Amino acid sequence: MAIRERMSGNEAVATAMRQINPDVCGAFPITPSTEIPEYFSQFMANGLVDTQFVPVESEHSAMSVCIGASAAGARAVTATSSAGLAYMWELLYVAASSRLPITMAVSNRALTGPISIGNDHSDSMGARDSGWLQIYAENNQEVYDNFIQGILITEATRLPVMICQDGFITSHGVANIELLEDEKVRDFVGEYEPEEYLLNAENPLAVGPYGTAPYYMEVKRAQAQAMKEAGTAILDVARRFEELSGRSYGFIEEYRMEDAEMAVVAIGSSAGTGKAAVDQLREEGVKAGLVKVRVFRPFPAKELAEALGKVKAAAIMDKAESFSGCGGPMFAETRSALYDLEQRPALVNYIYGLGGRDVTVDHFFHVFRDLEEICSGGEVGEVYRYIGVRDGGAEK
Amino acid sequence: MINMSDKTVEIRWHGRGGQGAKTACLLLAEAAFFSGKYVQGFPEYGPERMGAPITAYNRISDHELTVHSNIYTPDHVVVVDETLLHTVDVLKGLKEGGILIINSKKSAAEIREMLGGYDGKLCVVDAERISTETLGRNFPNTPMLAAVVKASGVLDITRFTNDMRKSFGHKFRTKPEVIEGNMKALQQTLDEVTVE
Repeated sequence: MAIRERMSGNEAVATAMRQINPDVCGAFPITPSTEIPEYFSQFMANGLVDTQFVPVESEHSAMSVCIGASAAGARAVTATSSAGLAYMWELLYVAASSRLPITMAVSNRALTGPISIGNDHSDSMGARDSGWLQIYAENNQEVYDNFIQGILITEATRLPVMICQDGFITSHGVANIELLEDEKVRDFVGEYEPEEYLLNAENPLAVGPYGTAPYYMEVKRAQAQAMKEAGTAILDVARRFEELSGRSYGFIEEYRMEDAEMAVVAIGSSAGTGKAAVDQLREEGVKAGLVKVRVFRPFPAKELAEALGKVKAAAIMDKAESFSGCGGPMFAETRSALYDLEQRPALVNYIYGLGGRDVTVDHFFHVFRDLEEICSGGEVGEVYRYIGVRDGGAEK
Repeated sequence: MINMSDKTVEIRWHGRGGQGAKTACLLLAEAAFFSGKYVQGFPEYGPERMGAPITAYNRISDHELTVHSNIYTPDHVVVVDETLLHTVDVLKGLKEGGILIINSKKSAAEIREMLGGYDGKLCVVDAERISTETLGRNFPNTPMLAAVVKASGVLDITRFTNDMRKSFGHKFRTKPEVIEGNMKALQQTLDEVTVE
């Protein structure tokens, strides 16, 4: 029987970590992920886990701890946010190119400039080319489920994984959750038995050597191949997790898309807010739907093309700028994914919710109204848009 | 604005950093959870410092809650510190028929006057007095929680009382004397407060 509980997203991640009982946790606190190592260190002090908890002086070192531990053959986890993730940047690439399984919780927060502790996706979106898998959660239940699955996904693919949730919105919001029993989680993740590891004297190997020109590109090609194939492991773990929990997961979630004429594509907690708008519009007879992107790396190009190929118009929501001058990262990749479709929907992009700007059901109504106009033959106009911003006086 | 599901109750809390508004908000979420409800309890984070105005929110429903925005048209508003009335528009967006629940030693008439002649539903609770009488110190959270539950009618009172006894029993298992004090504070508030 599932355990009915209520807790914040951060506590949910820490609880998953306790149940997993990893070998090593590299720990450095940063808002809004700080509670994760806080809770976890209490579990450790209370003897509930026998993890080697390594409190360090920076996120650079926290990731280095995970890299060293994973290379040595240990199951390694950590958590971070915002500037902390940015400070790990160099090591993110080291972890991914060394093909080291690491599970990292990210409580998404804006990057500095101006300083902000508010939520957006600029931290993990900025790391989208680092070679890490990225899985996003709508609520505390999903981040708990994703973290448990992440352990097996990273070990099966030998690609490190970021388990992302919206900072404060879900990381600090207390809500209902169904936990799995400790022993079920421990059985599910099992013992980590790496094929190759540094502490194996029988089979010596080098980790992180200089990649001279004759070798560097092959390493990158192998990483790219691993990313292309990662989807198989993600779905396989999801299937096994569904058997355990009854909760199903894929690359994307299609919400009321069966006969939808227009759709919104969103990542994270705002997808839930968007669902409320869809429900209301459906009651009014509007054929609205929503696609939530759960897995951003590898990018679910095929699934998005299939889901959006059916609609007349779609709005791609980006909680991060990429300053390309023509749209955010979700938009660029989604539009690219749809290019080969014979019948393409009209696509527009909304940058929204930056630096903790609240995202409301009304914002989604506004987006759907814009899509309705496009569907009824209106001009698409500028596709690169902002919503919820004071923009020359007219707040959308 | 969206017309939320009939059974979703939205509550906005106003307090000052360090006074326990966030804790009380999370306590209400917990109490509602015990009653078998779907709950959300979340504070709005700004530059945090002791004494600065803070806002926290609850959604309580019989249905799963997916909306993750702040609350702009609350069913009820709770004010933990009456001095906020001078600086924060606590009534902003309060729904027609919604209740303002306020911690104060003042009379309802005085509060209405402070709010420029507010003539909506009002529940004044002297949480400091109740807490001092029952717990010996000013811990306003339990009286505020009880006042919100009583005034809003969002939870079944008997079940709430039983659940809270269990919750206090768990929370203060090393300090049994505090359990009785909190239960007295809870009961006294439930007996005393009225909505006018």
